[in-house]
Parts: sequence; C-alpha cells; structure tokens
Amino acid sequence: MKKVYLDNNATTMVDPKVLEAMKPFFVEKYGNPNSLHSFGAETREYMKIAFDRLYQGINASDEDDIIITSCATESNNTILKSIYFNSVLNNDKNEIIISAVEHPSIKNTANFLEKLGCNIKILPVNKDGIINVNTLEQYLDPDKTALVSIMWANNETGLINPIKELAEFTKSKGVLFHTDAVQAIGKTIVDVSETPVDFLSFSAHKFHGPKGVGGLYVRSGVQFIPLMHGGEQMGGLRAGTVNVAYVVGMGLAMELATERLKYEEKEVRRKRDMLEEAILSIPDTFVVGKRELRTPNTILAGFRGVEGEALIWELNQYGIATSTGSACASESLEANPVFVAMGIDKELSHTSVRFSLSVFTTDEEIEYTIDKLKKSVERLRNISSSYTKTSYTKGGENA
Amino acid sequence: MPKNKLIGGALWELYSQKVNERMRNPNNMGELTEEDAKRLGGKLVIADYGAESCGDAVRLYWIVEPKTDKILAAKFKSFGCGTAIASSDVMAELCVGKTVDDAVKITNIDVEKALRDDPNTPAVPPQKMHCSVMAYDVIKQAAAIYKGIDMTEIGDQDIVCECAHVSLGTIKEVIKLNDLHTIEEITEYTKAGAFCKSCIRPGGHEKRKYYLEDILKEVREEMEQEKKASQSGAYSEFEKMTIVGKMKIIEKVLDKNVRPTLKKDDGDIVLTDLKTENDKTIIVLSYAGACIGCASAKTMTLGFIEEILKNELSSKIEVVIK
Repeated sequence: MKKVYLDNNATTMVDPKVLEAMKPFFVEKYGNPNSLHSFGAETREYMKIAFDRLYQGINASDEDDIIITSCATESNNTILKSIYFNSVLNNDKNEIIISAVEHPSIKNTANFLEKLGCNIKILPVNKDGIINVNTLEQYLDPDKTALVSIMWANNETGLINPIKELAEFTKSKGVLFHTDAVQAIGKTIVDVSETPVDFLSFSAHKFHGPKGVGGLYVRSGVQFIPLMHGGEQMGGLRAGTVNVAYVVGMGLAMELATERLKYEEKEVRRKRDMLEEAILSIPDTFVVGKRELRTPNTILAGFRGVEGEALIWELNQYGIATSTGSACASESLEANPVFVAMGIDKELSHTSVRFSLSVFTTDEEIEYTIDKLKKSVERLRNISSSYTKTSYTKGGENA
Repeated sequence: MPKNKLIGGALWELYSQKVNERMRNPNNMGELTEEDAKRLGGKLVIADYGAESCGDAVRLYWIVEPKTDKILAAKFKSFGCGTAIASSDVMAELCVGKTVDDAVKITNIDVEKALRDDPNTPAVPPQKMHCSVMAYDVIKQAAAIYKGIDMTEIGDQDIVCECAHVSLGTIKEVIKLNDLHTIEEITEYTKAGAFCKSCIRPGGHEKRKYYLEDILKEVREEMEQEKKASQSGAYSEFEKMTIVGKMKIIEKVLDKNVRPTLKKDDGDIVLTDLKTENDKTIIVLSYAGACIGCASAKTMTLGFIEEILKNELSSKIEVVIK
C-alpha cells in the first residue's frame, strides 16, 4: 500500500544525510567528549562543528549558550522549574504567564508548579488564534511576573505569534521571556540576534534530526538553575553524558533546515496551499487561522459532520498519516484546546484533522491525499447523523 | 503499569477485528422512511442521542409492528469516531427481531461483547466504552418515543454530566455492571466528568445536583450491603437447619478449613455435641491426636476454629471444647 506521511508536526523522517553523519559515532568514534584522551579529543572536534552549526542556525552570539538537552520538553521544564526554584521559592516574584495554546510540556509543567504555589496566568489568543502585545500588556505585572513563555509557532494550527514584539515588550518591563520554538525552526526565520528572547527551546526531530535530542538557548548573562544535576557536562548547566551522535545529527539537521528555508517558504507552501484549496473545495469545510499567519507546512482543517478520529482512521486505511486534536483520539477525552482557546464553535471542535507537510512531501503524495480525502469525507458524511441534519435544515431554508 | 501503557499510542491496535470490519463496512448504516414503514406494516421511530459538541451523536431508526411491539427493522446514522460507528452498527442489529421492551434491556456490555473477537478480550479500550453506552441510551430514547412517554419513565433520567449527557441511572448501572472503583473508570466508561469536570465534586465551574464522587460512594456502599445481604442469607439458612443438617455442614467446614491445619501437627478434632441456647448454636468439640494437651489448644486454636465457623456459617455460634 502507498504510504504518505503528513504528520510532520509530530515528528519527521531523519534526513538520510543526517543519518550518514551520525553513523561514525557509535562504533568508530565512541569517545566521551569530556574525556581527556584521544578518544575524547576526537569526538570533541565534531562537537565543535555541531555547536557552530546550532549557533549559526538561530544566529546566537558566542557569548550566549546553547545547552544540549534530551528534547524540547526537557528544555521547557528546565526553564519553568528554574523560575520556581529561583524566584518563587525565594519569595521574589511568583508569577508565570503562559499562552492558552501552549504545548503540554509548558501547560502541564505550569499546572504542576501552580500546585507548588506558583501563580500561573494564561493569556488568551485573539480571534485569529494569535497572542498580541496588547493582551500581554494587560496581564504582565513587572513586580510579580517572573517569566513570560509564549510559543513561537503553534503545533496544531501552525499560527505564528509576533515573538519579536512580545519579547521586546516583556524585556522593556524587565521580565524574562521564553519561547518554545519547536514548530518554528526550519519553517520560519528564527534569529535570536533580532528577537530579544532570554530562553528558546527546540527539538531535533521536528526538523529531520534524530529523536531524543534538543536544545535550550540561553542569552548571555541570564541565569537559570539546571534541571539535571551531576557531572560537569555543558559547563555544569545540564549534567549527563553527551550523546555525540545525536548532537552531530542535530547540528547538521539545523544547517540543512536553515538552507532549506527558502524551499520551505516557496515549495512546501505551494504544496500545502494545493492541499488546502482542495480541502476548501469540499463543501462545509474550514481551515483554522489565516494562511499568511501560519507556518508554510500546516493545515488544521474541520469537516462538518465528520468526527476527527474517524477521518484519520479512514485516511490511515489508505496509508495516509495525519493527526487530530479530537478528543476521541486521545485518552484525555477533552475537546481540542486550541479550538476552545480560539472560541471556535464547540460543535466543530471534534471535526478537526491536522495535515503537516515536510520538505520531503511530493506533489504526487498531495494529489493522492486529495483524492482519498474526498472519498473518505463523503463516506463518513454519508454515515453521519449530524451532517444529514445540517443538510436537511439547509434544504428546508431554501424551500 | 502495563508495558503498553509505557509505550503508548496503542489505541487502534486495541480495536477488535470485528470493530475494524464494522468501521469499514457498517451493515445497518442508513435511514428508514415512512415508505419503508408502510411497506413493512409498522410504525417509524426516529431517536437522537448525544451531541456533536460532545464528540458523539447517534440517530436510531426503527420500524415497529404495533400489534406485537416487535422491531422489524433498524438502521442508524452516527457522528462519531470509528468505534461509535461500529457499536451503533451492532446496536441496530441487536434490536432487530426483539420487542421494544426487550430491546431496552440491551446494555453497553452486550454491544461491546458482540464486537469481541474472542470472549475474553475487550473489543475496545476502556476510554472507548462510552460509545457503546450511548448506543444503550438511544435505544431507551427510541422506546420512549415509540410508547409516547417521557424517557424518564423508562430509565432514571436525572442528568449527572451535562456535557456528555450521562444520566444518574446510566452511571449507577455502569458502576454495578463493571464493578468500577474510581472516578477515572466512570469517566472512561461513560464520558461523564471528562469535559468541564463540574460533576466530579463540588467546587467546579457550576453547581450540580449530583456529583460522581457521591454517586460512586453510595453505589459502592449499596453493593457492599447487597454482598452482605447475600451472605446473611447463608446464615439465616444455617439457623433454620435441623440438628442433623447443622452437624453435616459443620463437619464439612471442619474438613475443609480446620482439619488440614491441625493435621499438619498430627492433631485432629471431633464434633461431640450441638445445642441451641436462646438463638445461639453451641458447638461442642473435643481434640484428638497431638492436639490433646497442646498448650495453645484452648486459646489460639480455639479462637481460630471459632472464627472459621462464624465466618462460614453464622455469627451466632459459640465453640466449646470438651
């Protein structure tokens, strides 16, 4: 059966070039870069190259730090918990502001800290699904707010927040700013020299690097308390033996992602738009968020009368991988939080399916998907009790 | 924690083959019309249950023969995930040929069992159970419409969870049928408490008449009492037995629960007499073998024997050693 992978916001294929670059570090060059001997020295050389690539990728200065972590979830945990240890426990400032559409690694960590006595404020999105500076102004209190954490781009909708303005405003009030840039790297320009964030999280497997390795950017002079205590790795900021192969892989993946930004902007966007137009040509469908405000690879679409999980199950029968924020597909049974935050009609919040492309997605795969998607929606609407109801009402009105 | 839970993401692999087949090709999907009713000589019933905003909605069509109340045909339409489609399909099938009163007896468990590939493996993972629970509610709705009565007259329709539209009756029944112990289990089975969470305990978004915590506590207590009642049935029988009957059953208990322990130390016991004083049964025993002269025979061993006889037969028993 044909296989089409359109779930690249969940994870991506490792670029074969990245895999090749990683291979020598399992059997040939397996030294610990923190060792003094030649085995260590040999891997250290490659670590330096990888670090240069990471710094260049987000345009960090030499004085800044990029801490290697196991994933963006760890990076996010590190910063939120650091605020708790540093500010809340010291009775300094006890408030963290996050957005209503954050990833669980921010949202659930904040919920946990709330139980420990941290005050969590949640910024609503506007009708476009974006956090704007005016809203942040209303929430931020320089005497109480220790950290503002707002994602660069949303994983479900692809909507890009105005991080530059949000960070500039936050900094002007003397408050720390963190952004989860997991969905931004490789999809839009992420440049910390122009965007005054203090902390930024990213993860290799979202841009064709391996799973299990991520990064945490920390601006020069900004303090934080490590999450992992132990050895002297990462200058004592993140203990644990460094996974050289994965760091090398992430470094190359970052370089390739930066090189491919133009392709992403043009070609991935063209393919995405092709799919989006086809979705919108099906009656009673909608796409969340204005196209110009989204990353070039993402579509969160709703199909009236069709439950999201039923549709992704159906597409999976054709070998097409998509995902849904629909309650039915997850164990939590809660309606899609992004829909709730954006105030989208509750009736539609169970109908959403996310399509996320990558630089490896082909035109032919999109054409195949369009064909099967139309068939699937038609079949499920034929089964649907609510779609008949909708059409019936419409028919009634016309008559 | 089971390994699969640590690995995660196995939801679809837990669907039975039958669920998969019915998701792909539901046999009973469709509509029934007045013309169909006329053709078959029955009355058309259309019932809706659930809401799109809750993630699942089902519409059930019946054609019922008025003289016999027999369901001649059943079809469904469903907005929902694959398991909702599969369970609605089976639900419709189970209705056909039954009388309306018998159809109302179809439970969520019946629907789920009909979807199993083998009798001991659930057809769907626990969090998907609500789909079949809903099938049961729509049948009640259809029956109410057919009879021209309110659904409350068929089942208790006090709604506990407004979001998922789950009734008190459904919750109580699901707790009892599935021997549920936690709020999380109730949520998995019925979806109650999954959304705004107001109905779990006081202090949520809105004030509710019923809370899951209270219902669970109450039903568990009820179940405990029922269990006790069924046990006390056993002792009331003991009390009503003849002396010979009592002796026989005491011997049985001694053989099963007492003698094997005593025999490990080469001891034994003999039932020598049985008396009734007021409403008490006095059992007179005498030791044999190594038990004779054993230091603990009149203390610990006696206590042990008395406890067993009380547990097995009646609390109104006294054991005396001769």
